[in-house]
Parts: sequence; structure tokens; C-alpha cells
Amino acid sequence: MIDGGQLSNDWRPTARLDRLRRRAELLRETRAFFTERGFLEIETPVLSRETIVDRHLDPLSVRCDMETGDASDSARGWLQTSPELGMKRALAAYGVSLFQVTRAFRAGEVGVRHNPEFTMVEWYEVGAGIDAGIERLSQYAERLLGRPPARRVSYADAFQAHAGINPHRATIEAMAEAGSRLGKTVPESLPRDPDAWRNWLLAECVEPHLGWGEPAIVWGYPASQAALARLHPDDPAVAERFELYVDGVELANGYHELLDANELAARARSQNRAREAGGKTGLPAPNRLLNAMRAGMPSCAGVALGFDRLVMIATGSTDIREVMAFPWDRA
Amino acid sequence: MAVYKTSEFRKGLKVQIDGEPYLMIEMNFVKPGKGNALYKCRLRNIIRNTVLDRTYKGGDTLEAADIQEIQTQYLYKQGTTFVFMDNASFEQYELSAEQVDDNWKYLKDGMVCSMLLYNGNPIAVTPPNHVELKVEYCEPGVRGDTATNVTKPVKVETGAEFVCPSFIEMGNVIRIDTRTGEYVERAST
Repeated sequence: MIDGGQLSNDWRPTARLDRLRRRAELLRETRAFFTERGFLEIETPVLSRETIVDRHLDPLSVRCDMETGDASDSARGWLQTSPELGMKRALAAYGVSLFQVTRAFRAGEVGVRHNPEFTMVEWYEVGAGIDAGIERLSQYAERLLGRPPARRVSYADAFQAHAGINPHRATIEAMAEAGSRLGKTVPESLPRDPDAWRNWLLAECVEPHLGWGEPAIVWGYPASQAALARLHPDDPAVAERFELYVDGVELANGYHELLDANELAARARSQNRAREAGGKTGLPAPNRLLNAMRAGMPSCAGVALGFDRLVMIATGSTDIREVMAFPWDRA
Repeated sequence: MAVYKTSEFRKGLKVQIDGEPYLMIEMNFVKPGKGNALYKCRLRNIIRNTVLDRTYKGGDTLEAADIQEIQTQYLYKQGTTFVFMDNASFEQYELSAEQVDDNWKYLKDGMVCSMLLYNGNPIAVTPPNHVELKVEYCEPGVRGDTATNVTKPVKVETGAEFVCPSFIEMGNVIRIDTRTGEYVERAST
């Protein structure tokens, strides 16, 4: 026994070996799926100087003392919340469809479906619009999970069906009332921001019903939740964003990708204002990505998928700790 | 007073809500990929045992409840008040019959009980898991019948009644499990 140490079992993995074998198979299947379709596997930095500016994503920061004598080398680095910045810069430079399986980090996210360090499958398909993007995601879920093709459901219809309201028009009071009617505890402290209330209803009342039998792909999110998606050309109130749900679990998020650098810069500023209003620190503008977009990024659809959750679905696990050897409390 | 941030929320936390102490018995982190984090908590009121569901957003805080557990000795009963003494400080604490609840059945002079203090005031007392009580009265047993499936009520020194096997006699000492109120065995004859 190490001096001062205690005999303890916390060196052990939390996942059973059969689940990790299945995980390895799904990883091989993922690489085969994209390689067969002409996507190039690429690696981009996990630790980077720039990070995605999102009001609800907190990147972990790292002090980088490279000891090269270059002052800029003792700057702060960020562990990526997704490989989006690097992959889009590569996309602008090479112009070919790309995929990556990598680790992503999100501060403070611990729960039965969250671990602060997790595995993400992310891909960008050059020339694909929202329909082709949804189709590719559906094919991937079919191949990896052996499920029937996904059913498409609009964001509005999903809310109407499971919460009985129109999410684009309902007032905050109506949303609180709808959740309360379904037996949910109204979060008193939520700000008077319709998106916060939509997300509460989504998480509590809508998501649990999505994707049973066949997977569900939800599309047509409010423009205020566009993140890095384009707005619909005929209806700018709606974003060209989509999400995959299987067995009530959110698995992937996709965009018909925004190409306009000025629009991205404006969205980053507005996300930073929201961060600061919520007591979080602002994040630096993603200048290298903005320059890549100014140089010209090909039109494409991009998807980020939580691989650990995919393994959970494939193995019937209810806790993310069952599909990773060493989750945060054992890391 | 210490506060807990949402990132510190977990099962077992003792917090204060609307002036009352609660134990966090469940905590679920929920977050849509592009949305705000929610913390779904189930809390049990430590005094009244009622259950409360609350959903918090990231950045909210809860005050820590000042809950302390001390070892006390039961001294005596005065009217409807039960008097205990802190084994460390010798300070005396009084609990009402309501606070002592069913535990009066087990209290013998000098018995060591753990006591919960909330903001320095006693709110509950827990006797040892097993106590030995002398039988003061019961109907005579059938000699030689050691079967435990034939039972009868007995009255013990604290005035409480328990259900025992029929071979128990007046003057016997019986062992009772205070968590269930059930007879365990005969400690002595």
C-alpha cells in the first residue's frame, strides 16, 4: 500500500468487458461507414488557442507553459467542446468531406448521460443540404444500431404532440403551465428567456417520448437556437438545424452549416453577451475560423454525435458509466 | 452560512430551503446539447419527512443546513418533555413528545442516543439499533413451549407494549430492534 493510501476499489473500471467489446465494434463500424462513403478521417487539436463561443458550453481552460521562451506560448489553451473549429478550417482549406472520432470536454457536465470528457463523432459532408444531412444521419443510425430509417418530425409538431403547445408562439406562462400540467416541477429560477423555457419543456416533456421504435430526427428549430446553422431561406424564423433521438436520448446535433463569417462573428458576440449576463466569462472570438470562412468554406452539412450515448443505446445501458472504463469519478 | 453551487449538488447534501433543513435524496443533471443545464432535485424534509421536488438552473445556489449529530444520554422525562444530556459538553437538551415520536418506547435512563441539532436546536433523536427491555407484565407462558410462532403482547419497563413469543415470562429481558419495533431474542431470564 502506498504511504497514506487506503485500500480501495476505485482503480477498477465501471464498464463490463462485454460492453467495451461492443464499444470497440461500434468504433470500427463508424470508421468503416464513413470511409466507405469517401469521407477522410482527420485529426484536429483537442487543446487549442480558440474555442467555440456558446452561452451554454463551458470549455475547460489549460495553462500552457511551453517553455520555449516565446511569450505567446505561455498563453491559455482550451480543451475543445467539439472539434468544430479545426474541422471547418480544414474543410475551408481542403474542400473534401471529413470525419473525426475524438475526445471533447465540457466543464460541469456530470450525470447519467454526461461525463466531462466524452467521445464525439463529427462529420462534414461537402455539398449536402439539410435533407441530405438528415438522410446521412439516419443511415448512420440504421447501420450502427440496426434500427429502421428515422422518422422526421418538426420541432413544432414534437412540442404539440407531447406538451400540447406551439413552441414558436407560446408565452413563458403557457410553457410553465404546460409542464406543470404534465406533473413537472416548474424551475422558479429560470430567466425570462423563452429559449430557457423551451429547453426545459424539451428536456422534461418532449425528449423522453422521441425515437421509440424508429429513431426520430427533429428539424426546424427556432432561429434563436440556430447556433452555427443557416436560417431557412424562405422562413428566417426557423434554423436549418436537426437533432437525432433514439429511445428518448439525444444522440446528435446537425446543421446545414452557416458560411457567412460576419453572421458568425455577430452570433459569437451575442453568445458572449448572454454568457456575461448569466455571470459567465466571455470567450475570445474564433478568429482563425472567421478567417477560414472569409477565405471560403464549401457548402456542407455537419453533424456531431455523442458516441458514448450511442454505445449506451446499443448495449441497453442506463448510465454513461457503464460504457466507459474510467468516468470522471474514477479518472 | 456556507452555500452550495449547482456544480456541488449531489445525493446526501443537507441544505436549507424556506428556513427548513432538507436532505438531497436524488439529483439528476439534465442538459439538452444546445440548451441550459437543469438540476432536478428530490429533497426530504429532515424534520417533517415530507418530500419536495425542485428544479434548479446552472448557477443557482442552496444554503447549507447547519445540521450536527451529537451523542447524548437520556436523563429523564418531565411531564411531556424528554431531557437528554450532550456527552461531550454536558449541556442539556429538551425534546417534546412529538419530536421523540415512537422512540419513547425504548428510552431507559442513561441510554446513549444520537441526536440531530438544526441551528443548535434538537430536532430528532435515534436510540441504538438494539435495546434490552425488562418485561413488567404479561400473561403466563406455556412452560416448555419454545416455538416462536405463537405470540402474545408484553408490557415492558418503559410502559410500551411489544409482541413476543409466548414463552417470554415476567422479569425476562428481551432484545428489540428499534428500527422495526420487532422482538429479536430473549436476552436473559
